Amino acid sequence: MKGRGLHIYALVYLVFLYAPIVLLPLFAFNDGTTIAFPLQGFTLDWFRALVTTPALHEATLNSLIIAISTAVLSTCLGLFAARAATRYRFPAKPVIVGFIMLPLVLPEIIVAISLLVVMLQLGLSLSIWTIIAGHTLICVPFAIAILQGSFSNMDRSLEEASVDLGETPLTTFRLVTLPLVMPGIIASLLICFTISLDEFIIAFFLSGNEPTLPVYLWGQLRFPARLPVIMALGTILVGLSVGLLITAEFFRRRGLRRAGLPDSGGFL
Amino acid sequence: MKDKTPPRPIITLEGVHKYYGDYHALRGIDAEIGEGEFFSLLGPSGCGKTTLLRAIAGFEDISSGRILLDGTDMEGVPPNRRPTNMVFQSYAIFPHLSVAENVGFGLRKAGMGNAEKARAVGEALEMVGLGGYGDRAAHALSGGQRQRVALARALILKPKVLLLDEPLSALDKKMREQMQSELRRLQRQVGITFILVTHDQEEALIMSDRIAVMFEGEIAQLAPPQELYRRPASRRVGEFIGMMNFLPATIMSEASGKLQVEVPGLGKAELERAQCPGPANPGPGEIGLRPESLTVLFDGQDAERVAPGKVEEVTYYGDMTYYDVRLEGAPNNVTVSMRNMPGRPVLARGEATKLAWDARAMVLFG
Ligand SMILES: Nc1ncnc2c1ncn2[C@@H]1O[C@H](COP(=O)(O)OP(=O)(O)OP(=O)(O)O)[C@@H](O)[C@H]1O
Ligand SMILES: [Mg+2]
Repeated sequence: MKGRGLHIYALVYLVFLYAPIVLLPLFAFNDGTTIAFPLQGFTLDWFRALVTTPALHEATLNSLIIAISTAVLSTCLGLFAARAATRYRFPAKPVIVGFIMLPLVLPEIIVAISLLVVMLQLGLSLSIWTIIAGHTLICVPFAIAILQGSFSNMDRSLEEASVDLGETPLTTFRLVTLPLVMPGIIASLLICFTISLDEFIIAFFLSGNEPTLPVYLWGQLRFPARLPVIMALGTILVGLSVGLLITAEFFRRRGLRRAGLPDSGGFL
Repeated sequence: MKDKTPPRPIITLEGVHKYYGDYHALRGIDAEIGEGEFFSLLGPSGCGKTTLLRAIAGFEDISSGRILLDGTDMEGVPPNRRPTNMVFQSYAIFPHLSVAENVGFGLRKAGMGNAEKARAVGEALEMVGLGGYGDRAAHALSGGQRQRVALARALILKPKVLLLDEPLSALDKKMREQMQSELRRLQRQVGITFILVTHDQEEALIMSDRIAVMFEGEIAQLAPPQELYRRPASRRVGEFIGMMNFLPATIMSEASGKLQVEVPGLGKAELERAQCPGPANPGPGEIGLRPESLTVLFDGQDAERVAPGKVEEVTYYGDMTYYDVRLEGAPNNVTVSMRNMPGRPVLARGEATKLAWDARAMVLFG
């Protein structure tokens, strides 16, 4: 029975991973101010409280602006870098690509502190723009990793064929390259959006007096009475994240199918 | 050989050199390719065939020399403005478009109406035998069908030159043979110059009007298939095209256009000067002889020139038998091919035999 141990291991692992997340909606709908069993009945009060907290709305708006800007910016930069990395030979290419990918493994707190120092030295006041800059820095490597996959899946003679058939490099990018890497672009947008949306450390250091949603949440933890409201908010965020991931995966698979390629890996 | 008036040159290559960094990929290519010609670039892997083809298409800048297309220097002209189209080795069919959209891709800027365009696409698909396939998704096609779509897509633009980079190498043997004759038929039908890159010598012989044999970035010989096979310009070309026997020989003398040669194993031979492509200085040399220009003599048969020997190896192919024969006094074996016919025996290994030979079939390398 050597399968037995592995089954138990898998089960324990999944419980450890998902039990806390299941607790979120449980207490979000629980009619009691303390986070403790037994549950006390069903209520939508905490969700109503979300609607009537202007500071929360501001934080949400900030987060959305930051996440969308970061997603677009990172994906554009990633698009250029990934195309260059897969299509052109240039001197010191591995070194350059390596440096771009470095934020992937750098401790975020280091990135956050150094960014803060640089911003202050430059005399820039902290705002959502500084957070966008910081988030873009950490999201670009993800965008590149995703888009590099799309580009290397794509036969480069397709672009040559288009030019050979009379299109300019620019129209070729629009007619051939873009449609073929579009699934990668969408996946990159969604992933960068998600990363930026729940990023805390950089946002915390660089936010000044315009908090993002995670920073706002952290601030609320000082008031125990607000905990159920946070649970409600968490429930919504989990739902959104799962939705986004599923959408990203859908586009990735559709892209593969359209290009007639076998599926290798992915997120889900 | 059908050397009438040579056709008007559509491509002229003048001293074309290409360097990749320090690597000298093309080392002075000179050639003229005629209008309506089926021209092949043949050579082993890495000899620069693809590089030359891509230089003609405009995908590679050349380091020096000139490429003229229909009399116009192509220097600085990008691929989208050259009157050439290419069939890529991978076919490069756009996977996100339908068959008809693929074939009509190049017509976007042609200023045609939709109906006119649809008709042109339909005709092009008919021409390659894919009539009615227009609505299929491109990624659902077989290898042979992709190949046809790639052809239709290139030919619909009526280029002056069609460039094909090993278009048949991805197909299985049967499909390849079918496409060889079909490509030839198509080329005659449209009358467009085809330049085919291949490393398959048989394919080049079957399909081409003329063949350029390339080694290490240089054209070793440029000739029609028959001439290439009968009169290879060097030992290397002879080895590369078909099978060729080589025997050491001594060049005795040259007088009034005739060469006197002594070949150990065969004897004395008198050759025309034209049978020696290089210089024919008296001294050691080598003769080349195709397997089919040696004949095994069976009991009772005789010939003008006969050499005795012993069968060392027999390879039976059904329609043909190949013998490896060691001629008396020769330092190495020669291969002889004999067609199997009713009443003709197949010799066994170790048997003594006699070979008939003919000096007219020899090539002499000085
Ligand atoms: N972009 C490049 N950079 C550097 N070297 C190259 C490049 N492209 C080709 N080469 C080199 O130039 C030589 C000729 O290449 P080419 O592709 O023309 O050969 P080929 O005759 O088409 O061979 P094959 O039959 O293998 O396709 C090869 O040695 C190759 O390594
Ligand atoms: Mg090649």
